[in-house]
Amino acid sequence: MSTLLQEEQKDLLINKSKEARKQLIKAVNHAGAGHIGGPMSAMDLFINLYFNELNVSTEDPDNDNRDRFVLSKGHSAIGLYAALAVRGFFPIEELKTFDSLDSRLQAHPDMTILPGLDMSTGSLGQGISAAVGMALGAKLQNKEFRTYCIVGDGESQEGQVWEAADVASKYKLDNLVAILDNNKIQQFGWDAGNGKREIPAVNAHGRWEAFGWHVIDIDGHNHEEITNAFHEAKQVSGKPTIIIANTVKGKGVSFMEDTIKWHSRVPTDEELELGLKELEAGV
Amino acid sequence: MKTILSAEKQTMRDGLSKTMLRLSQEDENVYVLDGDLGTSTKADVVADNNPEKFLQMGIAEQNMMSAAAGLATTGIQPWTFSFAAFLSKRSIDQIQVQIAQPKLNVKMIGGYSGLLTGLTGKTHQSLEDIAIFRTLANMVVLAPGDSKEVEKVMEFAHQYDGPVYIRVARDAYPILFDDDYTFELGKAVTLKEGTDATIISTGTQTSRSVEAAEKLEEEGISVEVLHMPSIKPLDTEAIVKAAEKTGAIVTAEEHSIIGGLGSAVAETLVEEKPVPVVRVGVKDRNSESGPNEAMLDKYEISPNHVADAVKQVLKKK
Repeated sequence: MSTLLQEEQKDLLINKSKEARKQLIKAVNHAGAGHIGGPMSAMDLFINLYFNELNVSTEDPDNDNRDRFVLSKGHSAIGLYAALAVRGFFPIEELKTFDSLDSRLQAHPDMTILPGLDMSTGSLGQGISAAVGMALGAKLQNKEFRTYCIVGDGESQEGQVWEAADVASKYKLDNLVAILDNNKIQQFGWDAGNGKREIPAVNAHGRWEAFGWHVIDIDGHNHEEITNAFHEAKQVSGKPTIIIANTVKGKGVSFMEDTIKWHSRVPTDEELELGLKELEAGV
Repeated sequence: MKTILSAEKQTMRDGLSKTMLRLSQEDENVYVLDGDLGTSTKADVVADNNPEKFLQMGIAEQNMMSAAAGLATTGIQPWTFSFAAFLSKRSIDQIQVQIAQPKLNVKMIGGYSGLLTGLTGKTHQSLEDIAIFRTLANMVVLAPGDSKEVEKVMEFAHQYDGPVYIRVARDAYPILFDDDYTFELGKAVTLKEGTDATIISTGTQTSRSVEAAEKLEEEGISVEVLHMPSIKPLDTEAIVKAAEKTGAIVTAEEHSIIGGLGSAVAETLVEEKPVPVVRVGVKDRNSESGPNEAMLDKYEISPNHVADAVKQVLKKK
């Protein structure tokens, strides 16, 4: 597959993803709380959105014509904050306030206090509906902005996700792109029978297609594929697009990858050091 | 004695549909979102007469409320229509997280509130919506008493920047207000003067309270009627003043006695001016379907029950 991504830009995205992952595990270690696995699996998506895809500006974060982004899986907030900080929406130093009293970096996103956040989320299933509203608002008012939304695969057990999918399709919202962070692990999940716990396989592609969406399957850690998918979504007319991003929970640190315990475990100082080293080296 | 209650009755839905159509025509940002109950709530008037401002959101209240939040962030003023029961119980998490906390400019019309919902019964009646909505920070909670007041509170909500829940009812009620009436947020309205006791009422229970007070007047009991269209913010000053003046309070609402207007009034009086209170409402019971008059009687919220409550509270003075 040909790529639209130039080598230089690709290197930048890889480096920014690495930087944001480091900031993320440092922030969770510092706060003594927070999620790791989901933010790590979604990080390449965050970085591609904020450095490659979204029409947003740190100088004018509330611009009426900006592209909108909603993190429907709101518990991955620290991943989004790390990406926003690396992009320059607020000082990286502020990541140290994550989860603390009076911080703008709430455990789950609060749109009223942090510039660059387009919606408050945290209660699962709600963000994608708000994104539907934003995309519909753009259509009704002939505004050019596009709306993007990251949904979790565990989150997709919420019925509201499918209410949103249905209405987005009925209103032919081709200015809406949902991205499924398909990391296949949730907080506790189901017994996989092999000593692991998992999300039993669902036909995500078939489900979204049945709801009338254009479906693109990609490796969610490959910036070329992410970029191409965003480009393809722009060519689709008359229906919303879902990008099924196949990802690895805890991506980037070997001992965090694909293990349920890192859904929301806090790294010790030793684990943090090891993780930072691995991220620097690139696993 | 001449009654202040009109012989003619009007449904709140008449005032609501007329005003909604006008607002949708006058303001390019006003859109109506329907949870597929437009023919019941009468939001269908907008679909029929101004269809480009009508958004059918299907039978999916949770998505409708979250989508309304998203729409509001783009500059649209969404007016969401469903039954009070579904807004307050099925989509309250969406309303709290995405509308109330961020204080987004979404208007919520809870139709078919209370018990008199056209023989629909327990699932479609709403006896908890005041209690639920008034616990949400940033929420304005309004319960107009007649069709004209519905128009006035809608005009207020249109001008107000933030979330507003308006509790309306299905059937026809006497006309209490005329065109000159001005609705003021957080202000009570004295509908009848009196010296022995005060009935504080809201929504549909106000005309029944006036009927009760007028009946008591003929028996020589002088009863003030204080109508509370604004449950949140609440006119605590008027409540305290009434307690000081008459020293006996009856609250009346077509709602559970738990958590509604009666609770709000009692909370105020306990802290500010403790006087005897009797609450009229549905007493911690599940409801059923049935004709209006029979429902009012069985669930103890008829004008006679309000009058009896006044007699009870006078004994406690």
